[in-house]
Amino acid sequence: MNKIELKNIKLSYGSNVIINDFSIDISEGEIIGIVGPSGCGKTTLMRALCGLKNPDQGEIYVNGIPYFSKAQHVNIPPENRNIGIVFQDYAVWPHLTVEENVAYPLKKRKKPTAEIKESVHHALTQVSMLGYEKYMPSQLSGGQQQRVAIARALTSSKDIIIMDEPITNLDAKLREGMLVEIRLMQQRLGSTIIYVTHDQEAALQLCDRVVIMDNKGNISQIGTDEDIIGNPANRFVFKFIGVSNFIPVCKKKDGYYLHLDNDYLYSKSEPKGWIEGEAEMGIRPMDIIFDPKGLVEAVITQGVFLGDMYNYFITIGDREYRVQRSTLDSLDGHDYKVGEKIHVSFLNEKYYPTEAE
Amino acid sequence: MAEERTIQIELKHVTKRFTTKTLGEVTAVNDFNLKVYEGECFSILGPSGCGKSTTLRMIAGFEDLSEGEIYLSGEPVSIKKKNLYVPPEDRGLGMVFQAFAVWPHMNVYKNVALPLKVAKVPKEEIKPRVMKALKHCSLDGLEKVYPSDLSGGQQQRIALARAIVINPKILLLDEPLSNLDPKLRETMRFEIKKLQQEFNFTIIFVTHDQSEAMALSDRMMVMDMGNIQQVGTPTELYNKPINKFVHSFLGQSNFTQVIAENGKVCVKGCTTPLPVEAPKNMSGEILLATRPNTIEINHSDGYKAKVIKRVFLTDFSQYLVDLGGGQIIRIQTPHRNIFRQGDDCYVKFPSPMWYEKGEEDDAERAKRMVI
Amino acid sequence: MLMFDRKNKDLRRMEGKKLNIDTVMTVLCFVLLIIVAICPVGMIVYNACWDTTTNTLDLAMFKEVLLQKENIGAMKNTIVIGFMTTLIATLIGVFFAWLLGRSDIPMKGTMRWLFKIPFMIPPFLGAMAWDIMFSARGGYVNRWFMSTFGLEKPPFNVNTVIGIIIVEAIYMFPFVYNQVVAALERMDPTLEESARIAGAKQMYVITRITLPLVVPAISSGMLLVLITSLANYGIPSMLGFSAKIYTLPTRITERMEAANGSFIGIRQATILSILLIIVVGIALIMQNRLLNVGRYDIIKGKSMRPTLIKLRKAKYPLLIFSMLFLVIVVLAPLAMIIITSFLKAYGLPIRLENFSLKNYHEIFFRNNTVATAAKNSLFLGFSAGFICLFLGVMLSFVIYKVKPKGRGLLEFMAVLPYSLPGTVLAIGCILAWSGAFKINLYNTIWIILIAYAARYLSYTLKSCSASLQQVHPSLEEASRMCGASRLQSLTDVTMPLIKPAMISSFFLVFLPAMRELTTSVLLVGPKSKTLGVTIYQYRAGGHISTASALAVVTIAIIMICNAVIGQIVKDRKGI
Repeated sequence: MNKIELKNIKLSYGSNVIINDFSIDISEGEIIGIVGPSGCGKTTLMRALCGLKNPDQGEIYVNGIPYFSKAQHVNIPPENRNIGIVFQDYAVWPHLTVEENVAYPLKKRKKPTAEIKESVHHALTQVSMLGYEKYMPSQLSGGQQQRVAIARALTSSKDIIIMDEPITNLDAKLREGMLVEIRLMQQRLGSTIIYVTHDQEAALQLCDRVVIMDNKGNISQIGTDEDIIGNPANRFVFKFIGVSNFIPVCKKKDGYYLHLDNDYLYSKSEPKGWIEGEAEMGIRPMDIIFDPKGLVEAVITQGVFLGDMYNYFITIGDREYRVQRSTLDSLDGHDYKVGEKIHVSFLNEKYYPTEAE
Repeated sequence: MAEERTIQIELKHVTKRFTTKTLGEVTAVNDFNLKVYEGECFSILGPSGCGKSTTLRMIAGFEDLSEGEIYLSGEPVSIKKKNLYVPPEDRGLGMVFQAFAVWPHMNVYKNVALPLKVAKVPKEEIKPRVMKALKHCSLDGLEKVYPSDLSGGQQQRIALARAIVINPKILLLDEPLSNLDPKLRETMRFEIKKLQQEFNFTIIFVTHDQSEAMALSDRMMVMDMGNIQQVGTPTELYNKPINKFVHSFLGQSNFTQVIAENGKVCVKGCTTPLPVEAPKNMSGEILLATRPNTIEINHSDGYKAKVIKRVFLTDFSQYLVDLGGGQIIRIQTPHRNIFRQGDDCYVKFPSPMWYEKGEEDDAERAKRMVI
Repeated sequence: MLMFDRKNKDLRRMEGKKLNIDTVMTVLCFVLLIIVAICPVGMIVYNACWDTTTNTLDLAMFKEVLLQKENIGAMKNTIVIGFMTTLIATLIGVFFAWLLGRSDIPMKGTMRWLFKIPFMIPPFLGAMAWDIMFSARGGYVNRWFMSTFGLEKPPFNVNTVIGIIIVEAIYMFPFVYNQVVAALERMDPTLEESARIAGAKQMYVITRITLPLVVPAISSGMLLVLITSLANYGIPSMLGFSAKIYTLPTRITERMEAANGSFIGIRQATILSILLIIVVGIALIMQNRLLNVGRYDIIKGKSMRPTLIKLRKAKYPLLIFSMLFLVIVVLAPLAMIIITSFLKAYGLPIRLENFSLKNYHEIFFRNNTVATAAKNSLFLGFSAGFICLFLGVMLSFVIYKVKPKGRGLLEFMAVLPYSLPGTVLAIGCILAWSGAFKINLYNTIWIILIAYAARYLSYTLKSCSASLQQVHPSLEEASRMCGASRLQSLTDVTMPLIKPAMISSFFLVFLPAMRELTTSVLLVGPKSKTLGVTIYQYRAGGHISTASALAVVTIAIIMICNAVIGQIVKDRKGI
């Protein structure tokens, strides 16, 4: 019973259009990630869903009930929408104790005292914050305040929870733990969670589906981690979700060439996904393989061990590209040195029409 | 092979104790003995509050020692017993701080020229040296600009230029990159490395970011709670961590509870032995420590396990694999051998490490593995 | 699920159909500010330029007033005293700020505590104490020097321009000290450390790095001193009247009293007021310029204990010097007032047999002055506090949350009376509220109340709006998402969060109102005397020891209030 539909939402501040035409159906019990570079309008979109900002156009339905629709003259005020939200800056009220913070939504909805007590206890259990009831927020660490904010969102609504960059302010180790807890909580409660972030890695790890938005507030792609990584819809998605190399390519009679200072043959048969016309190969550093049988010759210009992987820069012709090798591959016993000549081949490459950077 | 290397920085039994109102006496740095050689980039790595900044500040001369001796280029600069203390301005060091610490009331040129001016370098020499330092830090053309008009990255470059302009033998870097965004951080890292290769500085680099430390340093030291945990090259520390703390601090770790008996190792609660050589001097219930990206996963060869979750990240596919007995490990591998959720898979551990079982709460750990 | 209120207010407001509480508050703010701020200022300008007897514009009076010898002298004195005070106060303030902020001098706690005292003692009481000690006509210190060393003439004379400058500097240097010490504490210590590492010696770091970095703080403190000194009435009146040394504020008051209601006299006073407004206005414009530009970003990145500079050999001489200075400047006047308050009559030698409780008996039991004055002052303090608090909260809410058109004008009107010297404001109030608009409050306590409210409104506005701006919108939005309506989120979240600021801003008004002199001296009627004015009049009437007794009582009341605030502010929670 926690379905959300956004239909043709348009949002603007004055003459500045933030979101042009945004539609999505979010199904029950889904964790959906809204990902995009900062300033793409994702937070504004969530404010519209909460009722904190009115769309210029479009309709919002939750479980088939209109929440916002100019045509039907409906605009449910935020306090009646029953949506829990976790703000990026936590927005835990500093003048109330943890318990009072978490109990507030229930008090506003005039729930009986016994029920409030039980719900608060339950919510604090969900976020592992039992025992902190009487603490003031200023006595808690950032991560703990974050948990309080989540618990408050839970008592506000178990059905739909919006999380706006909830872990950006935490350090790396805590961040990972928090993601796990969000997933566990969703599994226990069956909530629908909308997770807004600019961090594509976290979204891929946590979410069932991810919406990638571009700089202009348009949807670039909606899909699972497999879709996004395996089949990026366009050059923007490819570039946005990770480190990428773009190499100009061209086709000649006898095969397919990298089009640099000279042309370098890299494949004799037509590569998968080849497109005609002026094109670039998009390739991830991990997918450039040090392969003695590879057709392209390159020189290593830099190599650094980063623990999880080796990071290399290689030059092909007059250009430098980044290559990563997993530590496991590096256990092959070959120690690649700076200045060494190697051969490389390409895996999982994508082709896009050439675009000016 | 025993090439004689000049010792540039030496710490002998260096100890620092603070007295605070709430905690009483705290030992921030406990009996450090350390040698850093000429031209070496040495990182001090540890979680916040481990005493790494205090160590650096003692070398710089901003903190007194509670005990011990410090030598720079063979000269004593702090000896507690003799009450010898050379003030920071006379130690001839270059230093870059986390918060840039460029002087906002001076333009770029004046910032960089100040060390030369106070060192009474002849006027006609100052300009070419400042320009050279600015060039090395890609700041040429910005001499007249004030720091407040520059970005964080450029401000940190000013600090760097200011530190190298007097050609110090030793460069101290106190988390110089942590106020920059990730992309800039990497570029700066390369630039520091390039400068070091060119001028042969001895660098001490303090950071809490392990990949930064690994990328930059020749040797590094991991410390925790004021104690040295391990000193060595990045590969040594990453591949052969001396204890669980170092293992989990330098990158991701799986700790699997296993039972080692009669030269065989089994996952706790299972009977099939793991395809690893048993540890020599440990037995009973111990921990197998592995790294997610050095585990081999394939369709036929190794220890049979089950994929319980798969996530595609940009660089890796990440699998959670159940080894049986509720022991779950995380594996990260390039997007090549693809498994689905529920598939059987086979895993091998080419570089296992073994540790004594700690007091870690099993339930807590199992929970961490659910994604 | 159809429990929601479909016909809700937000959509209607979105379509512009609702007159709501925001609009009401905005209009109310405009009306109240016009009454409180615009009327008095307008009346001054009107009276200065308009000859009501002939109903013509008359600017000839300006020339006449400006060319009067006494007025030129007052003008000169004002400027000389203003600038010299600023110079001396700055030197003292910066010196102590550095000593306490950066050096390892001992007894910092005691010194910090002593610095608070000049803030608590009304400067005119301080001036009274200095007059008791160093007046050429029988100051106690002068007499002691003359009898001990057999001098013919008294060695000191505080009733001079130099005397006024020194006393003003002593009471105003904490302005500079506070600004600079705060800047030093906020400053990133690595800015200094990086200079040490670069090879610079201690003195070089202080002069080339530390001081230039706190220049903005120093100059804003300096201008604060300058403005306060230019508009100060208490000290020049206490020390200058007897020697016929006038500054603009004292001259205006003197004219006003001498006019005795005559129209020409009032016009002369208004013209002088405009002159004073111009002088202070120039300083204010400079201050604004300075606050807008030249703000270095020197806030510290990582919290770290700044390394204190070791004074080594200079440590104890400096300590003795500073303690001596503070004792003479801060404690001696206090002690002098207390001693005098027990003397049977001012002028008697300080010997045990001359001590009595007569003065206290006099003020408490004989003529009821304390009761009346304290009652009036308490009434004024509380009412002005509440009025300013109410107005300040409403104004800051309108300016920062409702954000109507013309909020810049609102802010300007609210700060306008504060920028006026107290003397001028008082004249404005007299002109506006003794019948000009068919309301005559002259000689009642209400006219003082209006003047206080106008004068102190900017205190509450500043404090409340700073706090309100810190209440991030997401805190209110969070409560709406939790089911609170707009009004509920205001009462549940916003108000409690700015409550500490509200409490402290109430006292920010209450305390100065309790000891006000400049404005009230012109506004009091026979039944509306305040504590400050009563002391002033006792002294003017030659009853110095009685004045001292009342001063002691006043200081005691202020100190008790201060302690109470300290307690309240200490266990506040929230932002």
